[in-house]
Amino acid sequence: MRPFTYERAGSPAEAAAAVAGNPGAKFIAGGTNLLDLMKLEIETPRRLVDVNHLGLDQIQPTPEGGLRIGALVRNTDLAADARVRRDYGVLSRALLAGASGQLRNKATTAGNLLQRTRCPYFYDSTKPCNKRAPGSGCAALEGASRDLGLLGVSDACIATHPSDMAVAMRALDATVETVDGAGAARRIPIADLHRLPGATPHVETSLKPGEMITAVTLPRPLGGKHVYRKVRDRASYAFALVSVAAVLGDGVRRVAFGGVAPKPWRVEAAEARRTPGEIVEVAFAGAHPTRQNAFKLTLARRTLAAVMTEA
Amino acid sequence: MTHDPHRPGPAEISRRGVFAVAGVTVAAASAPVAAAQGLAESESPPPVTVTLVVNGQPQRLTLDARVTLLDALREHLHMTGPKKGCDHGQCGACTVLLNGRRINSCLSLAVMHDGDQVTTIEGLGSPEHLHPMQAAFVKHDGFQCGYCTPGQICSAVGMLDEIRRGVPSHVTADLAQVGYSEDEVRERMSGNICRCAAYPNIVAAIAEVHGEQPA
Repeated sequence: MRPFTYERAGSPAEAAAAVAGNPGAKFIAGGTNLLDLMKLEIETPRRLVDVNHLGLDQIQPTPEGGLRIGALVRNTDLAADARVRRDYGVLSRALLAGASGQLRNKATTAGNLLQRTRCPYFYDSTKPCNKRAPGSGCAALEGASRDLGLLGVSDACIATHPSDMAVAMRALDATVETVDGAGAARRIPIADLHRLPGATPHVETSLKPGEMITAVTLPRPLGGKHVYRKVRDRASYAFALVSVAAVLGDGVRRVAFGGVAPKPWRVEAAEARRTPGEIVEVAFAGAHPTRQNAFKLTLARRTLAAVMTEA
Repeated sequence: MTHDPHRPGPAEISRRGVFAVAGVTVAAASAPVAAAQGLAESESPPPVTVTLVVNGQPQRLTLDARVTLLDALREHLHMTGPKKGCDHGQCGACTVLLNGRRINSCLSLAVMHDGDQVTTIEGLGSPEHLHPMQAAFVKHDGFQCGYCTPGQICSAVGMLDEIRRGVPSHVTADLAQVGYSEDEVRERMSGNICRCAAYPNIVAAIAEVHGEQPA
């Protein structure tokens, strides 16, 4: 691990200001992903700004009838919250499908959204990776790509976003609240938080330098049946090959996919279609699978069929 | 890969120790600059003082900010119960209870835990007075080599508390009805790997402790 200075921020705005003016600075919250990457020297911050202890760990009702989830709410606490379990079951289910009990006790809402890809070439410093070392190339294109993306990918990067939670939040149309280095707040629809790689896969979100997520808000409950189904190589503690987050019922149909793209993948136009095959045909239009991950098209259709049967 | 912290002790005047002391002096002198800008490539990080309450005892430590909670426990406080397996949060051998909740101590910085309560296997029970989970692991042969055992036991204690508090899991059929079952134990303990594969006996040990607890 490279050396760094450590400090506790006094407020979200103070934290954002501390990171905004300093390209070598990073926020640290749960730290479960950042420290993993710092040990491998894939992340090498020179300054860590601790954003725990800022009072961002509350879940509160919004005037609109939704919920405002503080950025530092731990994954365990969000999944266990009685209101989330009752009204946003897909979110509880997605959280519980991710990581391990120990990690969920530490990992935070904002950190989960901002975690880095688990592409094996991103983690392997002996291989080229445009996300880790811009311009070095992508070893995954001709490499072991079975786990990697086929939607929204580019010639520069086929990494997936690994979050389960984010897929459910996309199905629920969550909004991300931020504060920037000048103290200005803004709201970003979750659909616009993660960027597609294009030629710049190292730029992963629409956040400005130092802009800090303070909360995620959920709109009013949708009703309907909430399902999160994750298909993976192990029954527990593994990343998704394909996952489906769905809210299905009278007058509501939301379907988002995980494990297939650099961001939670949802195509609203597909949701009006009738059968799983038709929905996947529209949602996965323009897919660029590799030889090794083309099976995800079939797997997505079958997983969605199972979800629609369950609902 | 990780920081290799030097053990304290007056008898250990080593080359590394001298360098570490020199580094501290330089860092302290330049601390205001470092705080404003982060560190330059060649600078040593300024040490940070933190008080951890470990197994009920306040422990004041002055540490390189890179020291993980696991390394602070093992290398600085000489509590070698928590084990370093993968050092990346994948194996669970480092599991401790932080303010009563199980975490991977390898994936947290010690300096982030000022004032926090840390419970290691040393704090759960003693050889004379085993914690019920320790006694059940012995009775059911819930280990072979024993390397993962401190993490398994801390994790199991934290896990049963999560069920008691109504935290659901991936295999909970109804999110409103959280209860104990062996399927729940298997799912909830998936963050603790046992290469000797003592899993059936670990599940049996946990089941016995669960049965002894008031509902």
